[in-house]
Amino acid sequence: MGDVNVKLLRRLLVAFIREEVTKVGIRKAVLGLSGGIDSALVAYLAAEALGPENVHACIMPYKTSNPESEAHARLAAEHLGIHHQVIEITPMVDAYFALFPEADSMRRGNKMARERMTILYDHSAALPALVLGTSNKTELLLGYGTLYGDMASALNPIGDIYKTQVWQLSEEMGVPRDIIEKQPSADLWAGQTDEQELGFTYREVDKLLYSMVDLRMSREELEKSGFAPDFIATVSARIQNSHFKRRLPIIAKVSNRTIDRDFRYSRDWGK
Amino acid sequence: MDFSVALAQIKPKLGCLAENRTLVESSIERAIADKADLAVFPELALTGYFLRDLVPDVALRLDSPEIARICELSRHIAIAVGFVEVSDDYRFFNSAIYAERGEIRHIHRKVYLPTYGLFDEQRYLARGERFRAFDTRFGRMGLLICEDMWHLSAPYILAMDGATTLVCLSSSPGRGISEDENLGSTIAWQKLTSTTAMFLNCRVFYCNRVGFEDGVNFWGGSEVVAPSGRVASRARLFEEDQTITRIDGGELRRERIFSPMMRDENLSVTMKELRRIERGRDC
Repeated sequence: MGDVNVKLLRRLLVAFIREEVTKVGIRKAVLGLSGGIDSALVAYLAAEALGPENVHACIMPYKTSNPESEAHARLAAEHLGIHHQVIEITPMVDAYFALFPEADSMRRGNKMARERMTILYDHSAALPALVLGTSNKTELLLGYGTLYGDMASALNPIGDIYKTQVWQLSEEMGVPRDIIEKQPSADLWAGQTDEQELGFTYREVDKLLYSMVDLRMSREELEKSGFAPDFIATVSARIQNSHFKRRLPIIAKVSNRTIDRDFRYSRDWGK
Repeated sequence: MDFSVALAQIKPKLGCLAENRTLVESSIERAIADKADLAVFPELALTGYFLRDLVPDVALRLDSPEIARICELSRHIAIAVGFVEVSDDYRFFNSAIYAERGEIRHIHRKVYLPTYGLFDEQRYLARGERFRAFDTRFGRMGLLICEDMWHLSAPYILAMDGATTLVCLSSSPGRGISEDENLGSTIAWQKLTSTTAMFLNCRVFYCNRVGFEDGVNFWGGSEVVAPSGRVASRARLFEEDQTITRIDGGELRRERIFSPMMRDENLSVTMKELRRIERGRDC
């Protein structure tokens, strides 16, 4: 995967946010700011698109979150001059797991992601503002996110760019160096890093995903290009097994016109 | 003859006939004020592009008041505009009309309906069956709708039918980011308009739309290309714009003298070989 023209990408994504937010009659956007690079980048894009006064960031730490995450989230928000508020999710999450103390870290992590989602959607109604998604193409393809949690949004400006391109664009947008250079982490538990959990680096997998998805190379062509067969198999399986996360819930068809199957309209219908 | 063409690079609203009519009419008024002789609009300017199941709801009959209004306005300026046409037998076409001096001079129904990648036109629309050149006050013209232009035979047929101006109405989705300063779709179209003009010694008026529909951008960049392939004017990328370009009638004459490819084009060789190929395919 080659470099992208970040100036053009910036222009497109800023225009996307501006047009898709304002065409529904809303001026504001709300997003969760984790302290990581993806949400920081989206905040920078949104501030440019809508003006910092129209961007609201919720910083939603849990008691085990790395304090550095909150510091980085504040750093980005203050640098941009966007509205931001720290909303601890510990009381809500702990109240729930008091009923299920045996829950493993996966369940706890998912619950935290969904807790944050409900807060963002509450702010969406309160402000009013559209919720901006912060999942990149790498995460979406690998299913590395929580369905109805961090994957939930009204608009996602970075869902068609790979993590490697998120890094490139973040440099262009002036996201603080500390945020760009740190190890990507979902920060659901102490010491977690994405690359450790996934078992490969973003740079490696982005090259493979780009060849596989964007260029539609066959398995033979991928192997010839130097990707290990095991790696190809692992990543293919991840894409297939997480596909449900990228689709609407399936509906049992009984009528002649079923939503999304033979009742087909664009979301921007009338906009 | 010399004349001025306005390329109305508008941002239609998806499925909103009334609002798009207003948009088109105000662009026409502006073009008239700017002393343009012809106003060209994008593909599906009156409806928006990703219509899907909205197609029947926004379709217009040729005898509808909306089309009558375009004809009415064409007393002041010639107009080429795209819309969804419904026929008496309820087929829906991705169509464009060329109206001049109060009447429809030509109607083109898009022949090549892209149904691959992000496109799904054949699911919703019926296919046109002809490419015909027609006479206008600015000489003989041919209409193409977006994907039509990607089939070499389409502009070729129009040029062989005597068209010296090719008018292409487009709703081209922007895609293919790379290290280049332009999107892949922009780069490809710019090559295509210029090469088509150069091969066929025709002017090309390319009008593309802008705006977003469900996250898909339309990149604009509408162009007037001279018969030499030289880009005479180019509208802004990604933003609404309306360019007015003065067409030097003499340039066509001079280009056809310098590069008489169309004069030398051998229709009978082409037909003979195409028939042979067609016969071979039947076997």
